[in-house]
Amino acid sequence: MCLAIPGEIIEILGDDPLTRMARVSFGGVVREASLAYVPEAKPGDYVLVHAGFALQTVDEAEARRTLELLEQLGGEEQGPQ
Amino acid sequence: MRHLDEYRDAERVRALAAAVSRAATRPWRIMEICGGQTHAILRFGLDQLLPPGIELVHGPGCPVCVTPLELIDRAIELAQTPGVVLASFGDMLRVPGSRTDLLAARARGAKVAMVYSPLDAVRMAQEKHDQQIVFFAVGFETTVPGVALAVREARRRGLRNFSILSAHVLVPPALRAILGSPSSRIQGVLAAGHVCTVEGYEDYEPLAREFGVPVVVTGFEPVDLMQGILMCVRLLEQGRSAVENQYSRAVRREGNPAAKALVREMFEPVDRKWRGIGVIPLSGLALREEWKEFDAERRFALAAAMVEEPTACISGLVLQGAKKPFECPEFGRGCTPERPLGAPMVSSEGACAAYYRYSRSHV
Repeated sequence: MCLAIPGEIIEILGDDPLTRMARVSFGGVVREASLAYVPEAKPGDYVLVHAGFALQTVDEAEARRTLELLEQLGGEEQGPQ
Repeated sequence: MRHLDEYRDAERVRALAAAVSRAATRPWRIMEICGGQTHAILRFGLDQLLPPGIELVHGPGCPVCVTPLELIDRAIELAQTPGVVLASFGDMLRVPGSRTDLLAARARGAKVAMVYSPLDAVRMAQEKHDQQIVFFAVGFETTVPGVALAVREARRRGLRNFSILSAHVLVPPALRAILGSPSSRIQGVLAAGHVCTVEGYEDYEPLAREFGVPVVVTGFEPVDLMQGILMCVRLLEQGRSAVENQYSRAVRREGNPAAKALVREMFEPVDRKWRGIGVIPLSGLALREEWKEFDAERRFALAAAMVEEPTACISGLVLQGAKKPFECPEFGRGCTPERPLGAPMVSSEGACAAYYRYSRSHV
């Protein structure tokens, strides 16, 4: 039930920060989600959505850093044991 | 899909599994808290990729599974009350109470509506003026901010026909109960990433120190889980009881301050009974006095009956990581998803359902 899925904000609906909703695309499937808890989120950002609420903006720099760490690991794997 | 497919890459998972094998010099037992993580581990066969000494045990992180029978019975009683509609997440509908479940009650005339978001229940209350809408608020810290906003929205719209039946539960008190049990054999913990998205991970730091157990905040995709296991094994090998964050793209140490602030303003911790486990002090959330007009237990003066669990179901031991589902004599025999004895066999996050669905060799 703690399932949360990353989706891209396509359009923000309304400008009241407390009731702000957005159209969010999950690989092409578009649903509305509340942005009440991610006041800084803007179109093009990825947000983690759970039960109709965006709970956090995906941190692009951290995502890159995680993947870079994994690439290094792949290098270790192919290198001398 | 971006931020999803990268973390389902088989090559990356294999490289991480190989790194776990290199890092582990002896057996370790690690608990993943969240039932969603349990399902991903079984679905993607991650347990099969690990070296034999690394054992994953499954935790209590299935809110549907730990909701006590009494609350399910109360939800059913409400749904059978004339003029009341019980709105619930779909996952709750087939979970057995002491006599029946919500879906069966609906077939016999009870009013039960399935909703995707608590805001849907508020909209329903706005549309159906002559009906009382009760939202069955089940979920961990991840779900509470949405429910808080729904209640606040109901007040803003002046709705007098909306309330919640709170079954909300909190992870840290349950983890404390499990780690503090004299029979606990858990050496490392993967904390549930989405709970920490809201609450952050400061609360786990004293737990890690007190029980000498490393905690790694971990995501839900196969790469996330394998990386979380690797980080946990490295901490175990170094003898460090630290808290680390694998899921840094979604989790900050302080969590989501706006969500935490509203939850604390509207809810307070209360003792809560966990199905199969018993009462855990201050492990649940209930609306504060200023918001009690939206509490269904207050509005409908529900009876506080106590009921006993079916004795054949060992879900309490499964939820604490003390037993694996296939160690239950009823697993796949007297208990199946079609005829469940306990909640973990029907919930989409239940450990028994995960083993039944993805690991039939145990049946």
